[in-house]
Amino acid sequence: MSWLGPEEWQAVALSLKVSIWASLLTLPFGIFAAYALARWHFPGKHLLNGLVHLPLILPPVVTGYLLLLIFGPQSAVGSALQQIGIVFAFQWTGAALAAAIMGFPLMVRAIRLSIEAVDPKLEEAAATLGASRFWVFVSVTLPLILPGILAGGILAFAKAMGEFGATITFVSNIPGQTQTLPSAIYAFLQQPGGESAALRLVAVSVVVAMGTLVLSEVLARRVSKRIGGA
Amino acid sequence: MLEVDLVQQLPGFTLDVRFQAPTGVTVLFGGSGAGKTTVVNAVAGLHRPESGRVALHDRVLFDLERGIWLPPHRRRIGYIFQEGRLFPHLNVRQNLLFGRWFAPKGAAREDFDRIIAMLGIAPLLERRPSGLSGGEKQRVAIGRALLSAPDMILADEPLAALDAARKEEIMPYFERLRDEVKIPVLYVSHSAAEVARLATSVVVLKDGRVQCQGSAAEVLGDAQVMPTGVRAAGALLEARLLRHHPDGLSELSAGGISLFLPQVPQAPGCLLRLRILAQDVILSRQKPEGLSALNILPAEVENIRSGSGPGAMVSLKTDAGRVLARITRRSAKVLELAPGSHCYAVVKSVAIARSDVSSSAAAAP
Repeated sequence: MSWLGPEEWQAVALSLKVSIWASLLTLPFGIFAAYALARWHFPGKHLLNGLVHLPLILPPVVTGYLLLLIFGPQSAVGSALQQIGIVFAFQWTGAALAAAIMGFPLMVRAIRLSIEAVDPKLEEAAATLGASRFWVFVSVTLPLILPGILAGGILAFAKAMGEFGATITFVSNIPGQTQTLPSAIYAFLQQPGGESAALRLVAVSVVVAMGTLVLSEVLARRVSKRIGGA
Repeated sequence: MLEVDLVQQLPGFTLDVRFQAPTGVTVLFGGSGAGKTTVVNAVAGLHRPESGRVALHDRVLFDLERGIWLPPHRRRIGYIFQEGRLFPHLNVRQNLLFGRWFAPKGAAREDFDRIIAMLGIAPLLERRPSGLSGGEKQRVAIGRALLSAPDMILADEPLAALDAARKEEIMPYFERLRDEVKIPVLYVSHSAAEVARLATSVVVLKDGRVQCQGSAAEVLGDAQVMPTGVRAAGALLEARLLRHHPDGLSELSAGGISLFLPQVPQAPGCLLRLRILAQDVILSRQKPEGLSALNILPAEVENIRSGSGPGAMVSLKTDAGRVLARITRRSAKVLELAPGSHCYAVVKSVAIARSDVSSSAAAAP
């Protein structure tokens, strides 16, 4: 990618890293939250539902500021995590955390829909064949919701690639550390003569977004063929 | 042996049943809304009843007083559902082997190849459930339940979702299941025809209670307990197939009486069950002559039951077994029928449909 300058390339690479980590690491939590919301009845279910959806309805800047309050170096949580070597503030890990939190509601919604579409009668049938709850989930539910997991993961990835407000509020805009693709585009647009660099990054954004979409279509088609949905 | 004792409040009535299901097919027989599915789901562990006890071969599955409730996956009960419920993401072979994964190591296993051959599903093994016909799906579902090394089989109206031709296709597999697999089968049905062909014993459920339990012949021969109305009432006879005649008839012997039916596919020497519907039987006081009907059975009236309608149900003792005849009250009066009176029961050969005849290897205890 010689037509990208080192600073631009850095931003692209960082964004990809942040987005991949953000979407992969939240996947287990997303599946768990979606399953709990779709299948379980427990006190505080509405609270959990609200909490999961909060980043979707709050202004991103507010989410970013709340993250700073909770995980910042001055906070109790932040300093406790610092003791065990985990630092979020002004690090790429913080960008990943912000992107993960912002993408989480989208991921949970997609997976929850697919769990609700699984016929509980199939899970009952698996239980009568000797499968415990864990094995019912692994051998029946999980394969059947694979398209939903895929869709949720891709949505979270796309959201992470585009996340701007919460990221810049939480971890600022440090080139090579926390300057993701959108932050870099924003920074270039603030500089006189930065339009051409911004435009190149916009092109990269479009290509990555389209590529993600195509990949998800191909995978989704393959998966649904494999699970017999014809 | 399965022992069931359940109480459960259902909308509109209380389910309160107590029965036993020995080896062989026990049909849980009743109209819709009688609580049949609630009973099997409680046996399977899919539904927790309010009180009672369920035990299988001395293994307690549920006992409210002792606080025992085994989850479904630890009950080792193969369940054949009405809709098959095959896993869409697995092919037929993987569906069949699903239960084997979870069966305990020491469990007595059905041989895979034997079950495949018994159900005739070898050509389907690599196919997906979505590409199978309703009858094929149900055969795979039977195999899947059997191959999970179960201590018993539950079948909840497994033929109800199939059309008549598919029912005919599956029924023989259940007959083979009854005759070849030595575990109890609890089979839910609302069809007297299925009872007649499959049942070793019948539990009649009505409004959430066990109305009676007995052999298929006893229950079908008793018009009082038929939950699905007088039209389905009919006696069950056991007969040995003697020979096939060249004019397309088969000759059977039931208690020394020759019966003629349209040709059946079984080989001479087989023991068969025939269902003779009460409405297909004509009564005559004199031995009829010059009559087209081929089957004439000397009979003695046991009892006559009539309700407010025009019909009467006459229960007859013959050498072939008990026969039911549904005639009008007027005819009963004209013929001066009363308990103890002698008459002849006349059955047209062609009135006995192919589906009313089945092999009977393990019937009649």
